[in-house]
Amino acid sequence: MIQVSHLTKFYGPRPAIQDLNFSVNRGEIVGFLGPNGAGKSTTMKILTGFMPASDGIAKIAGFDVFDQPTEVKRNVGFLPENPPVYTEMTVRDYLEFAATLHQVPRSELKRATDSAIERTGLGDVRNRLIGNLSKGYRQRVGLAQALVHLPKVLILDEPTVGLDPKQIIEIRELIKSLAGDHTVILSSHILPEVTATCQRIIVINRGRIVAEDTIDRLTTRMQKGLVYSMVVKNPMDDGIQALRQIDGVSHVSASGSKLTMELRPGSKEIRDQIVETAVTRRMGVLEFSAERLSLEDVFLELTTVEENSGRSSTEPNTALQ
Amino acid sequence: MRNIWTIAKRDFKSYFTSPIGYIIIALFMVITAKMFNATLGAYIDRSAMFQAYGKGPNIHEGIFRPVFGNMNVILLFVVPFITMRLFAEEKKQHTLELLITAPITMLEIIFGKFLSSVLVVLAMLLPTLVYPLVVMSTASLEIGPIFTSYLGTLLLSTSYMSLGILYSAMTDNQIIAAALGLFSILFFWLISWGAQAAGPVWGDVMQYASLITHFENFSQGVISTPDIIYYISFIGIGLFLTHRTLDSYRWR
Ligand SMILES: Nc1ncnc2c1ncn2[C@@H]1O[C@H](COP(=O)(O)OP(=O)(O)OP(=O)(O)O)[C@@H](O)[C@H]1O
Ligand SMILES: [Mg+2]
Repeated sequence: MIQVSHLTKFYGPRPAIQDLNFSVNRGEIVGFLGPNGAGKSTTMKILTGFMPASDGIAKIAGFDVFDQPTEVKRNVGFLPENPPVYTEMTVRDYLEFAATLHQVPRSELKRATDSAIERTGLGDVRNRLIGNLSKGYRQRVGLAQALVHLPKVLILDEPTVGLDPKQIIEIRELIKSLAGDHTVILSSHILPEVTATCQRIIVINRGRIVAEDTIDRLTTRMQKGLVYSMVVKNPMDDGIQALRQIDGVSHVSASGSKLTMELRPGSKEIRDQIVETAVTRRMGVLEFSAERLSLEDVFLELTTVEENSGRSSTEPNTALQ
Repeated sequence: MRNIWTIAKRDFKSYFTSPIGYIIIALFMVITAKMFNATLGAYIDRSAMFQAYGKGPNIHEGIFRPVFGNMNVILLFVVPFITMRLFAEEKKQHTLELLITAPITMLEIIFGKFLSSVLVVLAMLLPTLVYPLVVMSTASLEIGPIFTSYLGTLLLSTSYMSLGILYSAMTDNQIIAAALGLFSILFFWLISWGAQAAGPVWGDVMQYASLITHFENFSQGVISTPDIIYYISFIGIGLFLTHRTLDSYRWR
């Protein structure tokens, strides 16, 4: 339903996202997880046609976001970071306006708005001015707006921000109930948020995808401990054997010149030893990196729950070398 | 077409959900009514004088030309306040994202918003129809020049709008949009004043560029194609630049 390849976006000279590749199947709910400034909103704005990418391709329901924007927009419902509501309108009028904009035929308008109001629990406030509603209710109005034309794809940027715990549960249930009929991408910087609603997560940090898997598999991978990878000139067997002997290394695998070393959970710092061993064995070290380590860091940052803390302007301090 | 109307209707209504729409219309009525009264009074005095010599001055020239002239000056000051919110407010409230991600084109959004402010000006002009009607009830009035004056006023004020909407697209601050709009409109008005001083070639260019030069014919009951072409191009360029501005806002 959604295909993204090599998607890149520069703001001036600075890349906000770089070479993103992923796809989402029909009826799936996928979580877009990443710390502040990771590039979640940027990706979503590109997918919804709000702004063009600098490079790469994005397709929704078979239509190219750049070449066939109208077809794409017809099939997408979007809840931006800030709910795009007109404070001087009533909930009803606003949803009718949103539905009309999304080409809902006049004869269906009433039914479409009524059903969106009902699904998002806005029945009590349907005739109130949006400007007089609380932040949580505005968020729901934003969500209702995204749903009102029953789009194939829903793109929700932090849908539960600003809601109280009870509302969060309700909205999560609502999102889960959408699976099957709708394909959903939602973003969050809180791990529990995505584990509660999504079948699959894409972890993004500093504009790059650092992991993409089902929740279960990601968690087991996490428990395995750290993973280092090393590119060498001569991946000889006795050298690899020596690496296996290092205390704290649980597994070494080689594919061509790239060696991957998994560490035992709770292992102490042994990077020096690994490199030293490789050097003494004359393997010719070309590269050494700890990609998975950064995934760990990302997760650490994400699991520290900071609900209702609002927008933080600080850049992520996770290192990604 | 449906999309343009959807946008226009929402924007038009939103002028009247706050007092601003009513205030603008009411003020405009009061001011034009005072102007009309004063001009009418002066005209009656003068024609009583002229009557002694057998022939009074033309009613249109004596009453409606000055009234329309003043009306255009008032509109100059009012229109930037009508157009200032069109895009600035959408940006501020983040609602522009809703419009841009809806399956409608940028051009439809711009035309819809433009149409909404045209409708507001029509709502302002509508009550002023009573002035010619009042005069017609007691004297014979030529309908032609009145009609062309209204047409000219509409073209002139939509030209103001195309500048106002452009500045509204450039900023998310309504007051800045209104101020810049006002200055630019004034510039295109007053540019003809400098024309005499500017020498033959530049003088002609400046005279031509001025918004007010092209109202002259309309106010005398003449519809001339060059004037219409001028206003339509002026509006077209304004809306084109608005389109470019909003596009570059997305491309940033
Ligand atoms: N309009 C812009 N101009 C310049 N830089 C921008 C702009 N919008 C975003 N950025 C930068 O692009 C990067 C990605 O931003 P983005 O808003 O996509 O992050 P995010 O994952 O949605 O973060 P958050 O969790 O805070 O919403 C950030 O470093 C941000 O500073
Ligand atoms: Mg964001």
